Amino acid sequence: MSPSSSTLLSVTGLHKAFGENQVLKGIDFNVHSGEVVALIGPSGSGKTTALRCLNGLEIADAGTVGFEGGPTVSFEPKTKPKTAQVLRERSAMVFQGHHLFPHLTVLQNVSIGPIEVQKRPRAQVLEEAHKLLDRVGLGAKADAYPNSLSGGQQQRVGIVRALMQQPDLLLFDEPTSALDPELVGEVLSVIKELAQEGWSMVLVTHELAFARDVADTVVFMDGGVVVETGAAAQVLSAPTNSRTQAFVQRLLHPF
Amino acid sequence: MDSNWQLLIDSLWPLAKGAITATIPLALISFALGLAIALLMALMRISKNPALSGIARVYISIVRGTPLLVQLFVIFYGMPSLGITIDPWPSAIIAFSLNIGGYGAEIIRAAILSVPTGQWEAGYTLGMSRTRSLYRLILPQATRVAIPPLSNSFISLVKDTSLASTILVTEMFRKAQEITASTYEFMLLYCEAAAIYWVICLLLSALQNSVEGRLEKYVTK
Repeated sequence: MSPSSSTLLSVTGLHKAFGENQVLKGIDFNVHSGEVVALIGPSGSGKTTALRCLNGLEIADAGTVGFEGGPTVSFEPKTKPKTAQVLRERSAMVFQGHHLFPHLTVLQNVSIGPIEVQKRPRAQVLEEAHKLLDRVGLGAKADAYPNSLSGGQQQRVGIVRALMQQPDLLLFDEPTSALDPELVGEVLSVIKELAQEGWSMVLVTHELAFARDVADTVVFMDGGVVVETGAAAQVLSAPTNSRTQAFVQRLLHPF
Repeated sequence: MDSNWQLLIDSLWPLAKGAITATIPLALISFALGLAIALLMALMRISKNPALSGIARVYISIVRGTPLLVQLFVIFYGMPSLGITIDPWPSAIIAFSLNIGGYGAEIIRAAILSVPTGQWEAGYTLGMSRTRSLYRLILPQATRVAIPPLSNSFISLVKDTSLASTILVTEMFRKAQEITASTYEFMLLYCEAAAIYWVICLLLSALQNSVEGRLEKYVTK
């Protein structure tokens, strides 16, 4: 990310409660074009909820999510899911549990959105799909069903499905948390390549080493607020806030 | 004994004809209409609109809480006192479809709810509407879950069509009754009818297995 690059996404004052449980208590951060932002923090800190608000899967009670050049959604408790779904024109999501469609082949999984929703020409979409599947090493699996793939392969298909949306921003919700340890690397290396190519992304992750390696900016959340924001190397290597220090210590030295 | 064999063989065609011209079409038509009602009721039942889900709840409760035989009698013998006379066939089709609609609604609702929420969300993030997610992503997956219990309902329906004999539909069982009226061979004719129902249901079970097998290809074992 060059320091002069423009702001792609601004998030201000996100609040969200589930019943009595106030999960987000005013979250602010920005994503610049080409920037990789890692949301880290203890479980229950609200980072996944914050990420889900970014594309309207969760309706925040208050706050604004705005893309440069639109759309911008100002959340209120009575905001309709339909109002927030415009955010999906600019972003695509990779889920923790991949959520591939089991009744569709790999190729159908990654092309159904562009063909049926975006109405892009079928031949062109399929060509692009094959190219991207090749790139993540799954060219031979185009006609396979997701259940015949390993967890790491499924998640790579999930990433291709998101890329096929041609989004401006990629959202990753703990993309490797559901994987066996030996499969984590193959997914992270795909994400790292995308980062190096200049994709803008927001990444919820527990992989601190990966965040330090790939992220430009780290947003450390705890208890529904942003505790510390800064350059990845600085926040993860020399955190200034005591809560960040404790969290980083705990992950680096679990026992 | 010989005359018994003869009667068995002689009555086979009239009974089969009853099955082919009445029992089977009655079951097929009622099941098709019933499925449409069931899908509609299932969608109303899971809808967030309290009026829609309320209507579906009441409908399902009435259908499941009253005997099919009574439903048939209300439609065929009861409606004329309100000035609405319905012929035997339409009466039977109405009663059977409403019945399948009620039971099928609960099966389809459970099948839809068995598909993980993540599937809906994945559809939404691709820009799909709720309706498109439903028919492109959720229903195809729900179908696999719904087929065994729906097959059960269909097999029950095939047998329940015998109740239509009580409202003058000349289906297979009524044919058997007609033959006993002149021969008095109750045991023979009723067992023969039972055997034909059984054969039809065996064929349906085989069909169910093959459909299930075809839908298994993408299921993680």
